Amino acid sequence: MTVLKVTNLTKQFGKFKALNGINLEVNKGEVFGFIGPNGAGKSTAIRILLGMLQATNGHVTIFGKDAWQDAVEVHKRTAYVPGDVNLWPNLTGGEVIDLFIKLRGGEPNNRRAELIEKFSLDPTKKCSTYSKGNRQKIALIAAFSSDADLYILDEPTSGLDPLMEQVFQQCVVEAKKEGKSILLSSHILSEVERLCDRVGIIRHGEIIESGSLQELRHLTRTQMIIETKQPITGLTELDGVHDIETNHQELKFDVDTEKLDQVIKHISAYGINKLESAPPTLEDLFMRHYQVTSNKVGG
Amino acid sequence: MKTWFAKTGMLSSFIIRRDRLRIALWMIGITFFSIIVPIAFTGLYNSQAERDSMAATMMNPAMTAMVGPGDLNNYTVGAMTTHQMLLLTAVVVGLMSCLLVTRHTRAEEEDGRLELIRALPVGRLAHLNASIYVLFTMNIGLSIMIGFGLFALDIASMDLEGSLLYGATLGATGILFTCVTAVLSQLVESSRATLGLSIAVLLISYLIRAIGDVSNEVLSWVSPLGWVTKTEPYSGNEWWPITLLIGVSLILVIIANYLNAIRDLEAGFISSKPGKKHASPFLQSPIGLALRLQRSGTVSWAIGMLVIGLSYGSVLGDLESFFAGNDMLKQMLAMEEGYTLTEQFIPMLMVVIAIIATIPPVMAVSKLYGEEKKGRVEHFLSRTVSRNKVMASFFILSMGNGFMMLSLAAVGLWIAAYTVMDQAFSFSMIYGAAISYYPAISVMLGVALLLIGWFPKFISVVWIYVFYSFVVLYFGGLFQFPEWIGKLSPYGYIPQLPIEESHVIPYVSLSMVAILIVILGFKGYKKRDIQS
Repeated sequence: MTVLKVTNLTKQFGKFKALNGINLEVNKGEVFGFIGPNGAGKSTAIRILLGMLQATNGHVTIFGKDAWQDAVEVHKRTAYVPGDVNLWPNLTGGEVIDLFIKLRGGEPNNRRAELIEKFSLDPTKKCSTYSKGNRQKIALIAAFSSDADLYILDEPTSGLDPLMEQVFQQCVVEAKKEGKSILLSSHILSEVERLCDRVGIIRHGEIIESGSLQELRHLTRTQMIIETKQPITGLTELDGVHDIETNHQELKFDVDTEKLDQVIKHISAYGINKLESAPPTLEDLFMRHYQVTSNKVGG
Repeated sequence: MKTWFAKTGMLSSFIIRRDRLRIALWMIGITFFSIIVPIAFTGLYNSQAERDSMAATMMNPAMTAMVGPGDLNNYTVGAMTTHQMLLLTAVVVGLMSCLLVTRHTRAEEEDGRLELIRALPVGRLAHLNASIYVLFTMNIGLSIMIGFGLFALDIASMDLEGSLLYGATLGATGILFTCVTAVLSQLVESSRATLGLSIAVLLISYLIRAIGDVSNEVLSWVSPLGWVTKTEPYSGNEWWPITLLIGVSLILVIIANYLNAIRDLEAGFISSKPGKKHASPFLQSPIGLALRLQRSGTVSWAIGMLVIGLSYGSVLGDLESFFAGNDMLKQMLAMEEGYTLTEQFIPMLMVVIAIIATIPPVMAVSKLYGEEKKGRVEHFLSRTVSRNKVMASFFILSMGNGFMMLSLAAVGLWIAAYTVMDQAFSFSMIYGAAISYYPAISVMLGVALLLIGWFPKFISVVWIYVFYSFVVLYFGGLFQFPEWIGKLSPYGYIPQLPIEESHVIPYVSLSMVAILIVILGFKGYKKRDIQS
């Protein structure tokens, strides 16, 4: 079941095209990772999902309702955590959490106390004295103590320490178990890799890649380090082998995932002493797309 | 010790570059305003007889309270300019200094930008002193521009010494309030509190001087704005108040530097105590939050309005006895049959009160856009709060705010007048005269809402409109503006109670206009993108 559907979304700021016909879908009980370099249009897209910006073209439906027109209805079942949490300097953290819960239409519950404990936040301090990480905790506590069906998280952990980041990941996993959907925009790719079922990569306002991590890995290369009994010949002529580096007996190269079979057959003939292979990480994937961009620009 | 001031010069030029437009606008605006007035006076009151009759109408405690004492026996164009304009312009220059110093000291610090600067090889006191230095330069420049500008008008009664003194008085006032704000910005932790306190010092100085000038000479000596009128440019030409202003300023600079040197970054001396763990039920709604955010500001303004009412009211007793002993003046001023002379001052007081009472509600409603710019309106809109509800919360709050401010000033005026006058005014007369301006305030709030809805970047246009209204209505008589200029302001349509008949039509039509533009404002807000 589709919870969030973005069709052909375009947003123009004057002459600048921030989003150019993007398509996205988030299903029930799914964690969707939304990644891309700075300025690619992630936050613009998220702000359109939240009905704060009006799309120039295209549609966003959440729970089957229009994100702009029925914003209030949609938000009854949505929780949002921004990357940069600005709070009122003269209110305390506790007051802000209560206010947020109430504004979503919820009632104070024991999740609040539980999460304050988990995130180890002192709710009696004024927001002006909180660090970035602590302000982020407030937004996270308010979001996860609410009973939402869709969580929109825009770089929610950029200020958290590793311990707190783990607490955050637990919260996401729990929410997913309860059948909730999560749209997670993040630069911490290991986090996306661990949590997300599917990923969309955005660049220059366009979705350039999307699918499950499994699917995406097929598009990339596996790194191999091998040592053989006899020196290998003819490796350079093989299709799908890239960036060969020789280091004494050791040979290091990348293989297109779909050509893996042929390459292994070829090298096994030379007697293998050592074989290490590393699956492509999301980071490799991301970097490859990102580098293509910079090359194109000329940087 | 020397390294504490490292790179002060560089930071100064950085401040000037950032604010070059703002600085230029303030300086040109104030200079223009100062120079245009004597030109207007020469045209409007070109014979000594005309000026003497103007002086006669000024010769009463109410006017003394408003503009300070003047050389009324020798009312040349120069003396007239000093009497009518010097104090008011000094307040504006003081306000300019308060705003700019707050902007460059505590506001920079609060937003975390000072942290970035302090992390560079820059002295720990450099930023404070760069701000002070820029403001000093600006005020000295202003003195010179105004001084020579006035002299260049080539008006007989405006000699070089008087002109330079006039400019220097304004500059010295600006320097003093620069230093006052610099000290206050060390004491408190937020830019709002800094600005609020420094403007409070400015207004209290004005009020103390007003009461002092009317009833107790010694009291005027307490207020720096009392020193301003004692320079008497174009008549007495006293320079010693300037040395007094500068002397106090230098002491304040030392205090500000000392306090800055011993405190931590982003800390103050009046620190905040731990707050509540839970939100009260009252806070848990958009309107409750809107009210809470402006609580201390609203309370200060409310006290301020009451004090303004009380101060004006307390002058009315002096005014009454003054008229009783002056038959000639009585004849001269008795234009309106059936009203006492004191009553004839009520409309003028009410215009001033109404326009001052417009400031806090307009601030309250502008806060909606302020919150948006700081990225905090998102917290409402990403939850189940509609745009209509957010805007309505701020709007309703500001309407209540305006009503309260107007009422408090009227109550203050009536209480003070009641205690000091022999033949006291009825409460309904005073309150009615004040509250009749409420529709005009509503129109102003509507204009603010319209701007927030459609052109949020131009929200400050509403302040220009408020200022315009003040100028045309306060000075309309003095400068003999044509009537239509006053009618461009909503306040121009309000009947001058109690000396004019009260009509229903202006109230109804102003209310209709207000409702219309409020609806338009809501429409625009619903349609536009939220900024961040």
